[in-house]
Amino acid sequence: MTKPPSDIDIELRMLVEAVYLKYNYDFRDYTGASQKRRVVVAMRAMECETVSSLQARVMHDPAAFAQLLQFLTIPVTEMFRDPDYYLAIRRQVVPFLETYPSLKIWVAGCSTGEEVYSLAILLQEEGLLERTLIYATDINPASLDAARRGVMPLDRMRLFTENYQKAGGTRAFSDYYTAAYGGALFDRSLVENVTFADHSLATDSVFAETHFISCRNVMIYFNRRLQNRVLGLFHESLCHRGFLGLGSKESIDFSTYAQRFEPLARRERLFRKVGA
Amino acid sequence: MTASTITDRALQASLQGRRIEAVVIGGSAGGVDALLQLLPALPAGYDLPVVCMLHLPPDRESRLAELFDERLPLPVREATDKGDIEAGTVYFAGPGYHLSVEQDRTFSLSCEPPVHYARPAIDVLMASSADAWGPGLVGILLTGANHDGADGMAQIRARGGFTVVQDPADAQVGVMPMEAIRRCNPHLVLPLARIGALLPMLENYKS
Repeated sequence: MTKPPSDIDIELRMLVEAVYLKYNYDFRDYTGASQKRRVVVAMRAMECETVSSLQARVMHDPAAFAQLLQFLTIPVTEMFRDPDYYLAIRRQVVPFLETYPSLKIWVAGCSTGEEVYSLAILLQEEGLLERTLIYATDINPASLDAARRGVMPLDRMRLFTENYQKAGGTRAFSDYYTAAYGGALFDRSLVENVTFADHSLATDSVFAETHFISCRNVMIYFNRRLQNRVLGLFHESLCHRGFLGLGSKESIDFSTYAQRFEPLARRERLFRKVGA
Repeated sequence: MTASTITDRALQASLQGRRIEAVVIGGSAGGVDALLQLLPALPAGYDLPVVCMLHLPPDRESRLAELFDERLPLPVREATDKGDIEAGTVYFAGPGYHLSVEQDRTFSLSCEPPVHYARPAIDVLMASSADAWGPGLVGILLTGANHDGADGMAQIRARGGFTVVQDPADAQVGVMPMEAIRRCNPHLVLPLARIGALLPMLENYKS
């Protein structure tokens, strides 16, 4: 038995509809519970009494929308998060990637860049970075700017270093950054071949053929319909027998694409496109 | 109401008129032992879903679902993103992600920042469950050493759900139940043994 929607649920639906119509950011197929929490946090931070009053402000003030966007997206991530994932890329994906003369990799939903820099470091150590073009995409322009800057908080370096070592890193992690701008500034050569771009998995289409797509802890915020759309984009973008990496609790089982990818490393959530 | 001697009949009286749809149980320090005592009270074919959350170290695979699956007469699973929530199944939250219940009564995971230093946080699970099930929800909070869960229990109570807190004197660590009692004025404060008596009764009040 489903209940009638509560006031706040009605207001939330109206807010995301307004944001879509006005700013063309499509949060309509995001899962409700976490979106609601984030809107409530935004409401408090932006000193609005109700979601409706937040909506009114956002409607008439693009700056307020830019502020709300920072709450709606989730820039919580870390470098080499789930080290086993990166270890599995080294051992099970890199041997295939090595066979291509040039590579295209898509980091979808790259947030503030932690994963981009992690992958770039891995590729450099495997001798692949020079011939790789990385597309790092996100919907949040502030996150993309942070990703471009490549300055990580110093107090996170201990965790990132530990992760890096567990992920099969072959050098001293500190080789990759210098202390600057009150943080750890990552080596610019890592992102020489990275294109940071605004791209929405909810509304945009495929822009390139890629060999490997990494999209981690992004689809958990989407309902099944949007997850399906996104897997469709990935399937279309990936080359014959291309590789897909997801977050450690994400699954393709519920999607119509379940049969079109095969698991390569089940626990690490690495998949490979099934041949035609 | 606090009583280690509360009778079955009094427990039943407290549930009178309820239409229960789901049970959510939270705990932290001492929680594994508490659940090992509590969950075996569930019979096979129990007619409600039971969702359990204990605080876990973030970077390790959780073996809780396996551990309890071997010991209980009903299936025990780790809650999966977008997974259905079925009656007769005990679910455990995995490490490293918040666990929520959506309006359509499926699970969802998220990487929002920790709450009370915890991810998964009991507050997040309980607040979203209160949204999804409203008066149909029973929230149970057990032993623990921090304040997570108190807010979630208060939200369950505010949405008309039924709230049960382990008696702090009976808990391995009383901090968590004490804070919940302070915040949510629970319907029942019971020692673990009596929560064990309550649990199988709940399905008789299924909506």
